[in-house]
Amino acid sequence: MNDTGPGGYGPARFDPPAVPVPRLHRRREGRLVAGVASGIAAHVGVPAVAMRVAFVVLLAFNGLGVLLYAVFWAVLPAGPEVGRAARGRMLGLLAFSALGIGVLIVRGLVGEAEPATAALGWLFALIAVGAGIIWHLTRGDQRQRLSGPAATVTSGQPWLNSVLTETGRRAYLLRFVVGGVLISVGTVGLAAFYAPVGGSRPVAVINGMVFALLALAGVGLVAAPVLWRMFGALREEREARIREQERAEFAAMVHDQVLHTLALIQRNAAPGSTAYRLARSQERTLRNWLYKPTGSPTEKLAAALEQAAGEVEDAYAITVEVVVVGDADTDDRVVALVAAAREAMVNAARHAGVPTVSLYAEVESGEPADGDGRVPGEISVFVRDRGVGFDPASVDAGRHGVRGSIVGRMERHGGRAEIISAPGDGTEVRLTLPLTPDRKEGSG
Amino acid sequence: MTETSGPPLRVFLVDDHAMFRAGVRAELAAQLTAGSGGNSDPAEVVGIDVVGEAATVPEAVQKIVAMQPDVVLLDVHMPDGGGRAVLEQVRQQLGTGSTVRFLALSVSDAAEDVIGLIRAGARGYVTKSISSAELAAAIRRVAEGDAVFSPRLAGFVLDAFAARPDAPVVDPELDQLTNREREVLRLLARGYAYKEIARELYISIKTVETHVSNVLRKLQMSNRYELSRWAADRRLV
Repeated sequence: MNDTGPGGYGPARFDPPAVPVPRLHRRREGRLVAGVASGIAAHVGVPAVAMRVAFVVLLAFNGLGVLLYAVFWAVLPAGPEVGRAARGRMLGLLAFSALGIGVLIVRGLVGEAEPATAALGWLFALIAVGAGIIWHLTRGDQRQRLSGPAATVTSGQPWLNSVLTETGRRAYLLRFVVGGVLISVGTVGLAAFYAPVGGSRPVAVINGMVFALLALAGVGLVAAPVLWRMFGALREEREARIREQERAEFAAMVHDQVLHTLALIQRNAAPGSTAYRLARSQERTLRNWLYKPTGSPTEKLAAALEQAAGEVEDAYAITVEVVVVGDADTDDRVVALVAAAREAMVNAARHAGVPTVSLYAEVESGEPADGDGRVPGEISVFVRDRGVGFDPASVDAGRHGVRGSIVGRMERHGGRAEIISAPGDGTEVRLTLPLTPDRKEGSG
Repeated sequence: MTETSGPPLRVFLVDDHAMFRAGVRAELAAQLTAGSGGNSDPAEVVGIDVVGEAATVPEAVQKIVAMQPDVVLLDVHMPDGGGRAVLEQVRQQLGTGSTVRFLALSVSDAAEDVIGLIRAGARGYVTKSISSAELAAAIRRVAEGDAVFSPRLAGFVLDAFAARPDAPVVDPELDQLTNREREVLRLLARGYAYKEIARELYISIKTVETHVSNVLRKLQMSNRYELSRWAADRRLV
């Protein structure tokens, strides 16, 4: 199960990739306008300034620079946000604007301008910019930015906040309107370009209506994927919530009815009987499914110990009370510790003659690590029964298995095992394993 | 019944499962006739009398307030707010001077529920799979004003207080466990009975009880941030 149980908030957080992706994207840091130039520059491996100058110079060709820029803006995904995306320095922007105006003036002076084609380029650029604005409305990064810190406050539906936080909504609307106006102007302009207005009045009116329709169609065409994506997200979110709710209800039902019944069976069946064992095993399975914070027995100490205890319970028809404080990741030494603990439980189940065994494990923190956080210092595991016990001095030969599988195993992995027992007084196996590898300093 | 001394303890059962109530009632009765259950001095054993039971929160609150039993066995999970609602409403109606004591009894091992009920005022927590002898012993202990910690509860408490060793401590009296209390809790978690803990640490049983009661008080009174956050962090239901 990868979900977090009833009431848990899904793991659907936006995780910035740890390593920079070598994909072409807009750069957030050090950008002047939208990060297109610097993004491409970084991808191609040229200085950002060169790329910017290239864009500005391309302005001379019927505004090709703006058109290209707008298209790239619309198409390229935003890169990972590194810190606060500081909108570029005003000065730099001013410089490139001046350069752009210069280029345009020069272009005008040089003459042989074809106003028609130039206008065409600008109109396309207009539409592209409008589309860019609208399309970026629902990009994941944009949503993240819109929701901002407010999303964490009302953590119920993070997706909603992107649309519904007050400032977010206003920005959203504003962008949509601006994008729409740009596209309308662009489409109407294009239409006017190809079908010049003229002639009598009625024709002008019809033309006007046609233009309006065209503008609407243009906006609709551009906005359709955005809207589609939004509704899709809403629907998915709703379905996920319904699923989560159903799961919670189901869990509550199972808890109240089935777990109770299983507990009752255990109370009334003789410990060790098949009915008892089945009820116990079933209860454990259900409980794990209902409550366990996701942790795999192959990854976490607590889960591994519980799994081992469950196996011993099933195999020997006893009850193992497992209590684990703290947790640790597994490695081969921890695996060995779990194996030794399992062996101790098996021994208790076989020889103690009591229906209940206690297992207690604790992960103790050690020194603060050099980096951040603390490193665990030692794992202790205690397996205890109140059974018949034995005299540890007298049974060494007979219990060769204990020596090898518990004491020997622990020592091989840098840990220790102690077996405390006396006839009639139960047995306790104490296992300790230092988590930080032994430096062989001081006493062994 | 000659072996009991003093008036029997008046016990009230709150559980929405009729079968479970019937079972506990029968077991406690059997426990009483069977005598002390082995390890206690028969002269000290007080009888246990189940004086009433309830299946819903309002019914429980009304009857408990009317009867004022010595000990209420409280199911954690019930409709309408569960054991916690019962506890809070009874406290509200009877005031702080009430001698009614609560022992949480649950099929659930969810840390949040258990810690929540203890913080609301229950004197202890045992699982429903506890043997009837142990249950009777726990009832007697709670009636005397002591705390009852199952191994699992001891583990939860150790975990909760150890979760963030570098967390800011507002009130050292309440926000930290002493080394001795930690030792006692560890032994409880390892399955030791009070008597065995006393022997292991070379202290009297009474001292063990004092330590456990102090831990209970800290658990209830501390405003330590993690105690309320802790269960949620573990993402348990």
